[in-house]
Amino acid sequence: MLRLVLIRVLQTIPVLLAIIALSFGMLKLVPGGPFDTEKAVPPEIKRNLEAYYGLDLPAHRQFLRYLANLARGDLGYSMRYSSRTVNEIIADKLPVSLHLGGLALAVALALGLSAGILAAVFKNTALDYSASALAMIGICVPTFVLGPVAVLLFAIHLRWFNASGWYEPLDWVLPSLVLGMVYAAYIARLTRGGMLEVLSQDYIRTARAKGASGPRVILRHALHGGLIPVISYLGPAIAGILTGSFVIETIFQIPGLGRAFVESALNRDQTLVLGTVILYAVLLITLNLLVDILQTWLNPRSRSR
Amino acid sequence: MQTPPTNALQPPEPGHSLWHDTWLRLRKNKLALLGALSLLLVAAVCLLVPAVSPYGYETQNLDATFSPPSAAHWLGTDELGRDLLTRIATGGRLSIAIGLVATAVALLIGVSYGAVAGFFGGKLDAAMMRLVDILYSLPFTIFVILLVAIFGRDIYLLFVAIGAVEWLTMARIVRGQINSLKRSEYVDAARTLGFGKTRIIVRHILPNILGPVIVYTTLTIPAVMLLEAFLSFLGLGVQPPMSSWGLLIKNGADSMEEYPWLLVFPCLFFSITLFSLNFLGDGLRDALDVRASKD
Repeated sequence: MLRLVLIRVLQTIPVLLAIIALSFGMLKLVPGGPFDTEKAVPPEIKRNLEAYYGLDLPAHRQFLRYLANLARGDLGYSMRYSSRTVNEIIADKLPVSLHLGGLALAVALALGLSAGILAAVFKNTALDYSASALAMIGICVPTFVLGPVAVLLFAIHLRWFNASGWYEPLDWVLPSLVLGMVYAAYIARLTRGGMLEVLSQDYIRTARAKGASGPRVILRHALHGGLIPVISYLGPAIAGILTGSFVIETIFQIPGLGRAFVESALNRDQTLVLGTVILYAVLLITLNLLVDILQTWLNPRSRSR
Repeated sequence: MQTPPTNALQPPEPGHSLWHDTWLRLRKNKLALLGALSLLLVAAVCLLVPAVSPYGYETQNLDATFSPPSAAHWLGTDELGRDLLTRIATGGRLSIAIGLVATAVALLIGVSYGAVAGFFGGKLDAAMMRLVDILYSLPFTIFVILLVAIFGRDIYLLFVAIGAVEWLTMARIVRGQINSLKRSEYVDAARTLGFGKTRIIVRHILPNILGPVIVYTTLTIPAVMLLEAFLSFLGLGVQPPMSSWGLLIKNGADSMEEYPWLLVFPCLFFSITLFSLNFLGDGLRDALDVRASKD
């Protein structure tokens, strides 16, 4: 088990290096720098700017310098907001995004699991059908449709929430619900499938025969096995919540990293784009690794391998 | 053809082709049929409306900005007095075009990559599939955004970038299929009968991987359209004055407080299309009896 974890950790290192090299290389390939604006910059100022960001060095020197700085955790200055470092911007915005993402994941798990379990237990009843229909809507309707429609309905017409902002706990409700909804739908489907399979197994019948109560059979005996497909879905779900937050933060005007990333792409703020991509890659790969380990640990059959 | 007299041994039934069987099964799936029908409807609207509409998708009419749905403008107009129906249809043409082109790119790369890995097997296969595994673990949406940041906002780039992202699953499916078909008994039999490689590939293997490929293609098209709309919504995809569903939804969201129709109609068209494609894809999967295997 420990060996397996170690191997997986070591495997991620070349992947990360490849991501960094690829992103850096692509950014350098393009003709035209971030200072080629409509307003002509005097050549001496442009030279100074390029020296400030180390753009006057040959490309491979720039890359080595970037790697050396990265190893110390320094992502350089933003090219758009020249007085701020990328680290500062990330430190400022990442907590908001993590907060939103965490809430969304909680929504996805809570809604998805309970809907899936109920649908499996009350199979082929109206409850099951309505849960499945809701899940289909959640899967087909993307976040950027659901978000504005939810704002229109709950914030503008019913006035239950503010239409945008991230100030008080009430502001957290709508964004995390909308962001978590799609994944709740997938999780509900997976839970239903997993639970149905487990519920037809012999050991569940045995548990029932021994007089365990209904809820006890479901929660203590069936859930463990029924959850395995859900766990393997957590990796993609986290990745999806991450990219989904770009949209949610735009719709609800939340000052998070997702919006900053999209804006940095629009501004062609190379250092900020690069720093955010690397951060996202590290984040995703780490979380995927954790999910993998969790999965192995929960499944005795793969643990012994 | 003469029918022999009936006895216990039934005469062989007239042969059903795979497609005939599929059609029979698909016909029973009401949801899939409904999907196909509404898809045709949306496609017809998108193709016909810009051709017959008295308005162009970028014709502005500053006397009739934000007019609600009426006889002159069936779905109303936007902030520049442009006819919403025409813009939705034009955006739909673009979405469909991107869906088809990017899916074709994904199909081309994925099928050839998977076929090579599947046929040659061994070390080459292991190396190629390891690469796919690594690419799978990359945050791809983020890469597409990075590409946009680098090359600027270019529609053609969008086609290629999306296609380049979506081929991975196709490669896996094709490779897995070929790998198992290669070892199947009827391929062995064909080989024993002395048929050449080309004939075996064309007559025996290709028809059998067609099912999964078709199913996955119908499921890739909505994924591609979703990615395009996602990028356009963020301002990273299609640029105004061109029209796209993602762009229209973003515009609608900006002014939904006073002019909700600008949000509701594009959302409606987009959602209907996604629903239909998903239902049709699911229906085809059941009809072609493709097991939901990834490998």
